[in-house]
Amino acid sequence: MAYNFAFLDEDTKRMLRRALLKAVAIPGYQVPFGSREMPLPYGWGTGGIQVTAALLGPDDVLKVIDQGADDTTNAVNIRRFFSRVAGVATTEHTADATLIQTRHRIPETSLREDQILVFQVPEPEPLRTLEPREAETRTLHALADYGLMHVKLYEDIAQYGHIATSYDYPVLVDGRFLTSPSPIPKFDNPKLDRSPALMLFGAGREKRLYAIPPYTRVESLAFDDHPFEIQRWEQQCELCGSGDSYLDEVVVDDRGTRMFVCSDTDFCSGRRMEAQA
Amino acid sequence: MSALLQVRGVSRLYGSRIGCEDVSFDLHPGELLCIVGESGSGKSTLLNTVAAQLAPSSGSVQYRQRHGGWLDVGGLSEADRRRLAREEWGFVTQNPRDGLRLNVSAGANVAERLMALGQRNYRQLRDIARGWLERVEIDPTRIDDAPTSFSGGMQQRLQIARTLVTQPRLVFMDEPTAGLDVSVQARILDLLRRLVNELGLAAVMVTHDLAVARLLAARTMVMQGGRVVETGLTDQILDDPQHPYTQLLVSSVLTT
Repeated sequence: MAYNFAFLDEDTKRMLRRALLKAVAIPGYQVPFGSREMPLPYGWGTGGIQVTAALLGPDDVLKVIDQGADDTTNAVNIRRFFSRVAGVATTEHTADATLIQTRHRIPETSLREDQILVFQVPEPEPLRTLEPREAETRTLHALADYGLMHVKLYEDIAQYGHIATSYDYPVLVDGRFLTSPSPIPKFDNPKLDRSPALMLFGAGREKRLYAIPPYTRVESLAFDDHPFEIQRWEQQCELCGSGDSYLDEVVVDDRGTRMFVCSDTDFCSGRRMEAQA
Repeated sequence: MSALLQVRGVSRLYGSRIGCEDVSFDLHPGELLCIVGESGSGKSTLLNTVAAQLAPSSGSVQYRQRHGGWLDVGGLSEADRRRLAREEWGFVTQNPRDGLRLNVSAGANVAERLMALGQRNYRQLRDIARGWLERVEIDPTRIDDAPTSFSGGMQQRLQIARTLVTQPRLVFMDEPTAGLDVSVQARILDLLRRLVNELGLAAVMVTHDLAVARLLAARTMVMQGGRVVETGLTDQILDDPQHPYTQLLVSSVLTT
C-alpha cells in the first residue's frame, strides 16, 4: 500500500494549510478544520501530526519530543511514522530541526525564525472547564469577555494560597484572544512571548487549529497582587548540573530516593557533551 | 423625575400562543414594582422580555442610561446587551442553582462580576466578597465553601450578593423567595427591602405571593392570561381590588 507524501492526500493538506493561514492571520483564534482519521488514537497527537503532515517538505528536518524527551514511545513512533511516509530526515538536536512537533514542552534551546513548533493539543478551549457550552465559549471569545478565566485563578488562590495551575496556564495572545498554550508547564509560558519561531497548535479530536505567529505578545494571566510566576527548583540537574532548565523528579529505587534531571533530553545531553569536551 | 425604564406595548408570542400581550409601564429610579398573577399568567415571560433575555414580538423597551440618554433595549447588539446585563443590570433567578456557579466557591461567585469588569486585585476582591457575604447574613468564614454546601436560603442570599456586588441600577427578580420555607422567606424579604433602600435600586420583581408584594413594592401589576388586568399602588390593589380576577386573588389569600 503506497501513501501520498507525508501520508495525507494533497486536498486534505490544502485544507489544513488554508486553516493554518487563517490561524496565523488571527493570532490565538481557534480555526475549525476537517480533522482526519489518523493511524493513531485521539489523545496521542492526531492534531499535531496532521499539522506536521501539512507543513512537511522533502528538505525538512523533523524533531519530535514528548514531555521534553526524544526517546519516549510517542516521540519515537511519530518520528518513525514521518520518516516512513515522507522519507524526511529526522534529528534529536533542536538546533538542527526545521520542524519540531512537541507534546507538553517547549525546548530549552532558543528557537529561531526558520523553525516551526507544532503543539499537540488535547483541549483547545481554555474556558471549557468553566463553561461547557461551545456556543457560549465562542460568544465569550467574540466579545473578549474573559472575566471567567480569573474565576479559576481566584479559586486557585483561595484554595491553595497561590495560583496552583502549573500547566496549560491560560494566556492572552496579542492582547485579544484567550488561548490555551496546550499542557506545557507554565515554566515554558515566557518562551511563547515574542518567540522568533512560528508556533502552531493542532487539536485533532476537537478539530481546531490555532497559531501564535512570530514575535507576538503573549501574556500569562494573573492578579495584580499575585503576579505570574514560573516553577523553580532548589536542585540542579544531576546529569548536567543545569540550574535553569525544567526538571523532572524521578524516583530511582523502592526506598523513595529521588533524582532531578532535565526534562529536555537533547538540552541535557548537549550540556554533558560540552562538559566532556 | 423621569423614568428609568419605559415599557411600551410589549408582546411576546410563542407561535400562536400568547406569552404576554400589550404590556406598558414605567419604572422610576429607586422604585420596586411587583408583577403578580397565577402561574402561566405571563409574569416570567414579561420579565425575561423586559430584561432582554427574550426578544419581544412587538413593542419597545427603553432604558435611561447614566448620562440621561435613552437606550432601545430591543435594538442592542449582543455585545452591548451583555455589557448592560453585566454592568448596570442584575438578574436574580427563582432557583439559585440557575444563577450561581456551583463548581466554584462562594467568594468566587460574589467576585465574578467584579472580575468581569476588570478588577484584578485579589485582596480587594476578597475584602469586597467578605463584606457582601456579611451584608446578606452569610458567615464570612464560609467564603471558600462551595455553594452546594449551603442551604437553599443561603444559596438565594448568595445569589443576591453576587448580583448586587457591582451595584447595578436595575435588578430583575423572578420569584426570589419561592420554594423557601416561610421563616427563610421572611429573612430574605427583609434583606431585600433593606438593600433596595440602601442602594437606591430600581427593581422589577415577579411573584405569585401577594404578601411579598405588600411587603416590598410600592406599585403592583396584576397579570392574567398574558395581559395586565390591573395596576396601581400596592395597598390600593390589595385593599380595594377593582378587577374580578384581582378580587379573586386577594380573597384567596389565607388570613389569620
